[in-house]
Amino acid sequence: MTTIDFTHEIPVIEGKPAASSIDEMVSAPLNQKPGKVWKILFTITVTMLTVGSVALGLTFYYGIGLWGNNQPVGWGFDIVNFVFWVGIGHAGTLISAILFLLRQKWRTGIARFAEAMTIFAVMCAGLFPAIHTGRAWLDGYLFPYPNANHIWVNFISPLLWDVFAVSTYFTVSLIFWYIGLIPDLATLRDRATTKWKKISYSIFSLGWRHSARHWQHYEKAYVILAGFATPLVLSVHTIVSFDFAVSVIPGWHTTIFPPYFVAGAVFSGFAMVQNVLIFVRQAFKLQHIITLNTLEKMNQVMILTGSIVGYAYATEFFTAWYSGNQFEMFTFINRALGPYAWAYWTMISCNVIFPQLFWFKKIRRSILFMFIIGVFVNVGMWFERFVIIVTSLSRDYLPSSWHMYVPTVYDLAILMMSFGLFFTLTLLFVRTLPVVSIAEVKAHVDGAQPVHKGVH
Amino acid sequence: MENKKIYTVTALFDTPDEITDAAKATAGAGYTKFDINTPYPVHGMEKAMKLKPSYLGYVTLFFGLSGAAFAMLFMSWVSIYNYPLVIGGKPFFSWPAFVPITFEVTVLSAAIGTVGVLIALMFRFPNTAHPLHDTNYMKKVSADKFGLNITSLDPLFDENKIKEFFKGLGGKEIETIYEEDKKAEIKVFDYRFIMTLVLVAIVTAGTTYFVLNKLLYMQPFTWMGEQDKVIAQSESNFYNDGFSMRLPVEGTVARGYLPYEYKGAPDSVIKFISNPLPFTKDIIEKGKMRFDTYCSPCHGYFGQSDSRLHDQFPKPPTLHSDKVRNWPDGNIYNVITNGQNVMPSYEKQISREDRWAIIHYVRVLQRSLNAKDSDIDTSQVKREK
Repeated sequence: MTTIDFTHEIPVIEGKPAASSIDEMVSAPLNQKPGKVWKILFTITVTMLTVGSVALGLTFYYGIGLWGNNQPVGWGFDIVNFVFWVGIGHAGTLISAILFLLRQKWRTGIARFAEAMTIFAVMCAGLFPAIHTGRAWLDGYLFPYPNANHIWVNFISPLLWDVFAVSTYFTVSLIFWYIGLIPDLATLRDRATTKWKKISYSIFSLGWRHSARHWQHYEKAYVILAGFATPLVLSVHTIVSFDFAVSVIPGWHTTIFPPYFVAGAVFSGFAMVQNVLIFVRQAFKLQHIITLNTLEKMNQVMILTGSIVGYAYATEFFTAWYSGNQFEMFTFINRALGPYAWAYWTMISCNVIFPQLFWFKKIRRSILFMFIIGVFVNVGMWFERFVIIVTSLSRDYLPSSWHMYVPTVYDLAILMMSFGLFFTLTLLFVRTLPVVSIAEVKAHVDGAQPVHKGVH
Repeated sequence: MENKKIYTVTALFDTPDEITDAAKATAGAGYTKFDINTPYPVHGMEKAMKLKPSYLGYVTLFFGLSGAAFAMLFMSWVSIYNYPLVIGGKPFFSWPAFVPITFEVTVLSAAIGTVGVLIALMFRFPNTAHPLHDTNYMKKVSADKFGLNITSLDPLFDENKIKEFFKGLGGKEIETIYEEDKKAEIKVFDYRFIMTLVLVAIVTAGTTYFVLNKLLYMQPFTWMGEQDKVIAQSESNFYNDGFSMRLPVEGTVARGYLPYEYKGAPDSVIKFISNPLPFTKDIIEKGKMRFDTYCSPCHGYFGQSDSRLHDQFPKPPTLHSDKVRNWPDGNIYNVITNGQNVMPSYEKQISREDRWAIIHYVRVLQRSLNAKDSDIDTSQVKREK
């Protein structure tokens, strides 16, 4: 047992690697032929994507009657998956923007990857509202443009706010990600060995020259974008929660929803990023850059957000009782003891109970345990959205209209497709672009910055 | 090689401390058109190079405020002037509900504007044909070295002096980089460039046209929309006349609309037609409803010809004149059925029964303005003792 020296920060990058060796490490996967494991994984994810696409095609052909949605459960897997995937995306922005503004250096190694996951997750999320309209080819009308009918969209509807929030979130995340990539693409350009790599990296790096006169503006732009991404990411899940909170369905109509949803989003997103990073650092030998300390810090964030989510569950129950509202009270008792109680208790155990194991340092630093708990958290957070949407809708005000919701094979296939899409994109990403921000990591290695010679 | 124009003289350094000191010395020596190239941003370089602080923040402020103003004004214009709709009983200008979209548009326009200005105006990117590209110098600073270069644009530029200066600073691999000749050959009116522009214009315009005018109206699957049935007003291939709707057989009478038997009959006959309906409260209320719907637009709610079309239309006669009051019911029925002067026939719109109910109600209206003493319900009057 070594004692910790508190006079020195623990270096975010272990072992003080030379700058050129960082280039070597990060660009290695881009120059090798794909290995066997990658090929197997890619086959699996593309199969998931293809099978799901067939189900989606059939949905377009026959209509969403193929799904389990019914009256009164008008929102089923489609919206559950949407909220789940948007939530996954939130971790990336939190890591790349909020932790950047808070000067949390441990984010350096994982920021690029987390941002990429944000983009892929938002793509998966965007799919569901687009297809849940039933006739996805008419989705152009979701945007206000001077159309031939002279009708505008309803600007005071939370559903429209959602359209704006998600599309803004996607665009800004993409810009933020790309801006971060430019210097790395320039480095790869200067290391390129084949003609095509050289040309494509030249085009996408836009001619970056690592000039200090550019770095000056670049760093400013990075801070500004981080400053905008921070309220943006909070606003996105807030607006998603408005889809529910602005309605009058018991169990939805509460003011706790925005903070509760944002905490839940960060919670599930961190679990997903942690899960995938465990594989990436192992597969590409990036243990020195994506360190165990970093993973531990992610687990600490998960205890915090998981506890906030648990607290929110308790508050919901308390508010339902304290409100004296019969419908509200019924809804919550029905959640815990009704026909969907299995989903509710899955959610509670995965989200509230298991993550508490992270209070133990050994579990927090054990790759196996953190992976299993991360998977639990993702399952639990998916069920949270299922519980919120399905239990509230299936038993609303009028007992005569109650109806159980059972997903069909098409619902499951489309859910599988979204996972297929996400992991296919992730697998393509790790082979085509640097999974770690080369320039940022170089800047955070010990000794990378000039020593302040007595000046302060 | 001798004729080529010098672009810059470069030197490489190994550590961030060295490059910071070198930057300070270069700026201190009075050079202005020099640059530092580092694989990552080195802290304190701005100060060492004596650069002005970045003005990018003001660009962001401009785009952010423009986006916010545009979103708020646009939504207000749509909701108040262009297509006002009452939604959920809210006022047209429900500004709190406009806040989320205003926020999103602010962020979007600020982010796009900032990055657009940064890349296009401040960096002058894309520029993949810069003299520094593909040099040994660029490859080194891209990886792990720290480079310093003073360009020939500097007023103090002198190749040999600068090389000496760099040596004094401890720079390694001091090199001269020349401008490439190819650069001068790029012409705006090159046919390839023009063709590319034309192609881009055609593709963009075509795509936009297709999306907005075709794609949005395309229906891939039309199970509900297209059914094997005759649609009213549509063309028919089945009938010779091309109409899909058929005319009824001659002499067909619609239910409740038997033709009027006394069309064109003289007043002396008409006055003997009597109201078949009893004078009850229900009938009168029904008559009031029909009167308010069909008669009041011209005659006014109380038959005083003070309707909402007052002064916009030939003034209809009051129903309280002696003439109408003294008409037998049959006469009024005749006017409703056949019309009179400007008034059209209401035979097709008001059923027979309703016409008679209206007449009862008209009688009530007339009585209300010409009440007799005997109409007073004495049991309701409080007598003074």
